[in-house]
Order: sequence, then C-alpha cells, then structure tokens
Amino acid sequence: MKIVLQNLTKIFPSRNKKSNEEVVAVNNFNFEIPDGKLIGLLGPSGCGKSTTLYMISGLQKPSSGRIFFGDDDVTELSTENRGIGLVFQNYALYPHLTVKQNILFPLQNLRGKDKMDKNAMLDRAYEAAKLVQIEQLLDRKPSELSGGQQQRVAIARALVKMPRVLLLDEPLSNLDARLRLQTREEIRRIQKETGITTVFVTHDQEEAMSISDMIVVMKTGLVQQIGKPQEVYDDPANLFVAKFLGTPPINVFSGRVKQGKLYIGEDAVMEFTNVPDQEVTVGIRPEGFILDDNGPLKCKPVNVEVMGRDVSIVSTHGASLNPLVRSIVNADNRIDITGDFVRYAVKPHKIFIFNKETEERIYFEVK
Amino acid sequence: MLLSNYVDAFTTASLGVLFKNTMIVGIVSTLLSLVITILTAFAFARLEFKGKELLFAALLATMMIPGELFTITNFATVTNLGWRNTYTVLIVPFLVSVFYIYLLRQNFLQIPNELYLAAKVDGTSDLKYLWKVMVPLSLPTLISITILKMMGAWNSYIWPRLVANDEAHRLITNGLRNAFTDTTGDVNYPVQMAAVALVSAPLFLVFVFLRKYIMSGVSRSGIKG
Repeated sequence: MKIVLQNLTKIFPSRNKKSNEEVVAVNNFNFEIPDGKLIGLLGPSGCGKSTTLYMISGLQKPSSGRIFFGDDDVTELSTENRGIGLVFQNYALYPHLTVKQNILFPLQNLRGKDKMDKNAMLDRAYEAAKLVQIEQLLDRKPSELSGGQQQRVAIARALVKMPRVLLLDEPLSNLDARLRLQTREEIRRIQKETGITTVFVTHDQEEAMSISDMIVVMKTGLVQQIGKPQEVYDDPANLFVAKFLGTPPINVFSGRVKQGKLYIGEDAVMEFTNVPDQEVTVGIRPEGFILDDNGPLKCKPVNVEVMGRDVSIVSTHGASLNPLVRSIVNADNRIDITGDFVRYAVKPHKIFIFNKETEERIYFEVK
Repeated sequence: MLLSNYVDAFTTASLGVLFKNTMIVGIVSTLLSLVITILTAFAFARLEFKGKELLFAALLATMMIPGELFTITNFATVTNLGWRNTYTVLIVPFLVSVFYIYLLRQNFLQIPNELYLAAKVDGTSDLKYLWKVMVPLSLPTLISITILKMMGAWNSYIWPRLVANDEAHRLITNGLRNAFTDTTGDVNYPVQMAAVALVSAPLFLVFVFLRKYIMSGVSRSGIKG
C-alpha cells in the first residue's frame, strides 16, 4: 500500500493565549511512500517527525493537506478505520493483560464483517507471535518480560490485524546498544517478510541509515532531503543534512573560494572550475582525509584514537568551526603525531561546500 | 461470655431484619456509588469539555463544607420529596462522594496516555477502554473505595436515625442502640455487647478478604521508560 502525503501541514495553536504564537510542527510535507518499503523519518527532536507519524496514523488531524493510502483519501478517516498498526516508543502494552491477551486485544474490537470467532483469533495471535518469535512467552505479563521482548509483543500486537501500514515511533530508543542492533535487524526481517509499508521515526541517523529503503531528513517541520540512505549521505542538500548524518560527524570549516581555489584558512585544498569567489562553509567527512606529507591541509595533532580497523586522528585547525577536527584513516598507516603538523590531502567527493548564509549546497566540478 | 447471649441478641433485637436492611443499603449504595465515581472520574481525567477545570474546582470546594451543615437542609429536602422511611432516603443523598471522585481521577491520570492512544488504534471505544483498561488498572483504588463506602453505610448513625427510624427500615446501628434498653431505662449490656460482636463480624470479614487486593496493587510495568 503506497502512502501519499500531499501538502501535509500541522499547526499547533499557541499555548499562551496572549502571544498568538503558532507552532508549525510540519510544514507542507509532500511525499509518496512506495508500496512495501521501509521509510525512516529522521531528525532532531522537535522537527515534526513524530507529528507526521501521528497524522498518518490518524491520532492527530492535519491542519491542511491530504493523506492517501493507495487511492483512498484517509484524511478524514478515524484511526481504527485506517488499517494501521502503531508501535509506541514505550510500547504501551496493557500491564494487566498477558502477552496473549495483549495480542488478541485489537482482534476483539473488530466489528461487523471483520468479526472473528475465538479460534480464528487465537490462530492469528499465534501467527503474529511466531513472526516475532515470542511463542513461548504468551502467558506472561508484560512486567515479566525484558525490554526487547516487550518490544516484540508491541510489534506483534500491531501486526495481528494485518495492517496496511505499520508505523513505529522511536522503536529502538528504549533498548540497550546490543539489543538495538539486533532488534533493528529483526524489524527489517519482519518488514521484508510481511511486505507491509512501514514508516518509522528516529533521531538516530545510524539506525535510520542501516535499515531504511529511504530516509526523510526533517528540521523544524520542513523536509530537508529525501532519498536512499547512501545517496543522502554522499550528496547532502544542505549543511544541516551533512551535519546530521554520519558518525563521527562531518568536520566543518569556514573557508572561501578565490579564483577557483578553495581555501581553508591559508591552505588551498582544492581547485575547481565553476564556483564564483565567495565566503563558504566547507564540510569534510572524516573519511575524506588522506594522510600525505605534502598535503595542503595542515592541522595541529592532539590525539590518536585507535578503533581497531581504523584510526581516528584528532587535531585542531584555525578555521575549523568545531573545536576538533577528526579524521579516520586506515590503521595500516603509520601514524606519527610527534611533529608540529599533520598534513592531509582530501578526497574531492567527500568534501562539500555550502553557501555561508543559506547553508545550501554549492555544487562544483573538480579541475 | 455466654453463648445464649448471642442467641438472645438475635431474637430481642430482630437482628435479621436489621442485617437485611443494612445489607441492602450498603450494597446498593456501594454499587451505585462506584458506577457514579468511575464515570465522573473518567470524565474529569480523560474527556475534554468546556469548563472542566472550573467544574472540578467547584466540586472540590464542596469538600470544605462540613457534613453537619447540610443535615438540616437535606432533612427538609427529603421530607418535601416524601422520602422519609424508605430505602431511597438512606441511599441517594450520599451516593456522590467528591473525595472518591478525586481519588480515582488522580489514579486515572497516572495511566499513561499511550495506552489510550494504543486502544484508539485498536478500535476501542471510550467506554470499553474505561472498562477493559482503566478499571482493572485502578482496582486497588476501587477496592479501597468499596471498603470505605461499605464501612460508611454500616456505621452511619445520625442520618438513618433522623429519616428512617421505623421498624421496616431501621439500620443496624440504631437497632443496637434501641433494642436492649428496657422500659425502666436499664441496658442489658451482655446481650448488647454480643450483638455488637455479631454486627462487627461482616465488616471484619470484608476487610480480611480484600486486604490482599489493597496491599498488592497492579504493576504498571507494561510501560518502559
């Protein structure tokens, strides 16, 4: 089931009656989510990603714009008639019911032609439990489960109605690091197995990048960029997207273009053909540095962090907008930071330049 | 302590009738009171309507008026309604307790909002959500309310004495007071005390059996974080 969001906008009225300040939580969101894909809504808190999810679910009414599931306009449809499954950040399991009763709960509310008899319901519940691998826990209460198990129960409860759309609100934020890795694979597997169009919200870019077919990066209610994770990472539309994606984060410098050369401080790191002279902001991915004794970029080394396969060199540079410049180089390199400077060459496709005021990307061609 | 005193107590005071009356009043008023309390608390905790806060504040404010103050006006009202010497007069005037509503509303407010949203997604109506989720989760509070209300009905003295002191509707407290005083004004204490012991027994049993519900409480840990 594809989902179409058309000019979707949500405005919250001001809490303070005098000031009349409205909060635009989601601003003119247009997107067509293809059938059977896993979409990650990504952004810092307060960017409107959860509001978008709640509007798709029907728990919040959009201020304007339409929502379509396939060809049906569901904008005015109430939540229970949309055929969605929703997993909450804190799972929202009913604490007084067993796992089985929790999973059965949505089925017991079906009315009219969808009404099921007891055995059919039980079959369906077992099926859902099997999918998330909790068959042996059916008689337990939620308080007797671990966080990861509760999470599976919540997913089973969302899936048992065979929803057209599965929505996940920060599904991994309450799990510890290892379980998070495992569960995100699990979500990916379940989504692939069921083929249900899935939208999930997260503030963790790594999580979004690792399992999504497409990611939507949002900031203060505005969509910044939509695309496949790798494309967005390799080709950010603006400084915000570039900064938001990637760990360790991108290194940002203030720089300028003069006569086809890009200067960072006094170091001319690149030459290109088609950018007029101006002040710019430069972003260089940590993996975009190459250790080179004759490289143009001179940084003052501070520390070397060994991460096994890679080595991260922490240094400072006068023009850097972050306190530290962090590069990642292969551990095979012999690292010598006893000198005054560590010198880098840069990979052209790992370097992005942005307009200093608008922070929009400036595209260039390497000479 | 003579066993015959207990038998005497039963016959002279017609304890059977007194018990029956008190049971009827106690059970009916407790049940109705629970229904009213649950629905009102739900409205104040969950529903959105204009003037909710103001209405709730007004309700709470009535708690500041001592009960003795409206005994006389209540008496006048029920007399005008012709309710004297009926079960109605023993049940209706005290059905609504602001304190219970307040207690339960606070309990309802502690139930996480996500459970309500989850129930909405699952297609549950408000009433069904109240019955299937909120009530089970608030069971300890509801049991406390039941016990308090039962005890209140069992122990009430002044109001029944004023408005329903005929043979057919007399409650146990008044019955105990009257039955063992003979015409000379002497009180047959041994038999009266035996009767008192008999009368205390049901309440004691209620407490013993419901104790574990009061203590245990329902765990809230379906929610993480």
